[in-house]
Amino acid sequence: MERAGDAAGTEHAPDSAAEPVIELEGVAKVFDVRHRAGRGLRRERREVRAVDGLTFTVPRGEVVGYIGPNGAGKSTTIKMLTGILNPSAGRIRICGIDPTRERTRLARRIGVVFGQRTTLWWDLPLRDSYELVRRMYRIGTARYEANLARCVELLDLSALLDVPVRQLSLGQRMRGDIAAALLHDPEVLYLDEPTIGLDVISKSRVRDFLRTVNAERSTTVLLTTHDLTDIETLCRRVMVIDHGRLMYDGGLAGLHAVGESERTLVADFAHELAPVTVEGARFVRAEGPRQWLAFPAAASAAPLVAALAARYPLVDLSVREPAIEDVIARMYGQPG
Amino acid sequence: MGEYGAVDAHGAAGEPGAVGAGNDAHMPGAMDAGYDTHVRDTVGAGSVAAVAEALRAYRLIVAMWVRSTMAYRASFVLTALGNFAATALDFVTIVLMFSHITTLGGFTLPEVAFLYGTTSTAFGAADLLLGSMDRLGRRVRDGTLDTLLLRPVPVLVQVAADRFALRRFGRILQGALVLAWSLARVDVAWTPAKVLLVPLMLVGGTAIFGAVFVCGAAFQFRAGDASELQNSVTYGGNTMLQYPPGVFARELVRGVTFVVPLAFVNWLPALHILGRPDPVGLPGWVAFCSPLVALLCCAVAGAAWRAGLRSYRSTGS
Repeated sequence: MERAGDAAGTEHAPDSAAEPVIELEGVAKVFDVRHRAGRGLRRERREVRAVDGLTFTVPRGEVVGYIGPNGAGKSTTIKMLTGILNPSAGRIRICGIDPTRERTRLARRIGVVFGQRTTLWWDLPLRDSYELVRRMYRIGTARYEANLARCVELLDLSALLDVPVRQLSLGQRMRGDIAAALLHDPEVLYLDEPTIGLDVISKSRVRDFLRTVNAERSTTVLLTTHDLTDIETLCRRVMVIDHGRLMYDGGLAGLHAVGESERTLVADFAHELAPVTVEGARFVRAEGPRQWLAFPAAASAAPLVAALAARYPLVDLSVREPAIEDVIARMYGQPG
Repeated sequence: MGEYGAVDAHGAAGEPGAVGAGNDAHMPGAMDAGYDTHVRDTVGAGSVAAVAEALRAYRLIVAMWVRSTMAYRASFVLTALGNFAATALDFVTIVLMFSHITTLGGFTLPEVAFLYGTTSTAFGAADLLLGSMDRLGRRVRDGTLDTLLLRPVPVLVQVAADRFALRRFGRILQGALVLAWSLARVDVAWTPAKVLLVPLMLVGGTAIFGAVFVCGAAFQFRAGDASELQNSVTYGGNTMLQYPPGVFARELVRGVTFVVPLAFVNWLPALHILGRPDPVGLPGWVAFCSPLVALLCCAVAGAAWRAGLRSYRSTGS
């Protein structure tokens, strides 16, 4: 709230003086997993370090993508940041509050959306769920009505307010859940796979809404997702986690460099050609007069295009950005 | 025998889509008091503000469930009647038995009705207030407990008030009717102390049954699904209490008194009121210990609940 209007603004580099809203220091979570060992009744205990020494801070108003493969420790982290799970080691402060000791006080200042399950009351219409949220969080009437009206407008909920949650489609329910998480003006919003299973239109509506909320209220957002378009459209900062450890923390562009990702140049020639050779690019495949060439994402396409146009009968071309899925897969795929 | 009603009540309690409606204006004071002791203990730290906050949240959630099911008035009336009839069959069984005998373990029909009425009313009140506790195991397994931990309200309150079913009022009504009938017919020289003992039995009994519910739920944090175990203690205990103690073996009686202090719900006070000797031979003042035992039970239940929740938050399952 202290920060000026366009926190999500056009620049990267979050104000280094901005107060940290999320602080983690050496946070670890160790689970004791028991399973039957071979034949017989003997049971073996095994320690699983779901989160292993996480340290990072997130300043107010930042939108951070928190990504990694399944089982990397993303959900465990979110559960610790909300107070559902207590960390085995390390220190967590959210808005200066220790989630382990003051879970209910923290609850008033954070909003949480789980893509996989609803936080709404299954048998109640959305309107009743919201009303109960209003009373539970003691939201002032004026503020509640303004927030609700805004959510209903931006998330297109007006036709859904009287429908019981269990009758809503996944996309409708998700929109309903996001609204519920924002009625009490949380300072921090955790989104665990908020677009999972949604259709394209619902996804883009959800993304637009989150961008608006972040811009208007400087809400700090931590987002886990498998859909990298979410990251590309919402986050300036990306954290990649694997085996409970932070593998990468920085801008999206830097992630491409780390992952040695490549852009693809799709060139249409006047007629079918043998694989072309240009410096700085490698031939990928050909299909009739169309050829695919890969070049480093960090390099400029201009000299490449100039060289192609000079040497070959170039008719048309387009450049495709790398999918972050591939970038991350490459990061993880690398041995060691 | 008595199991019929118990099984039925359990089935109804666990039924997901079941609806109950009515209005909450007639909640008896005894039930509020029983609940109060629970929350006081569970919130801990003896903080009055925390208790007030917890009670407020409980009322909010309950009011919402009652309101949301008001639309199905007919359904409520039918399920409440069904509940009433099913539990009434319990007592019909006892009445039928008395058509062949004049006394059961030395107790006359009005005396047995007194035992039955007090237990049934107290149990019904606890079941109404905390009957949703046995859903905790399912919540732990399907992960929906996590969402309760995200709200600024004690988890116990949310679990207890979830799907609050006013139809369970049927059992209280049935118990109260039997109790009223027995009070009119039972042969007792009423003293002020004996008169006072009756409401004490009801409040204490509600709290003790409630504590058992909470303990059972606390166990579900770990065992995943202990609701069967919990029901063997509560519903089973409930049925046993409706028969005079002499019917059961002495050892069993001793076990019930000391292991599961359910006997304080009505046996000991009832024996005192009815002027009967206590088969275990405890001193007379023990009859008045019901509220103390209730407080103790609630303290234990609160501690168990906190331990369960702590273990959940450290293991996540």
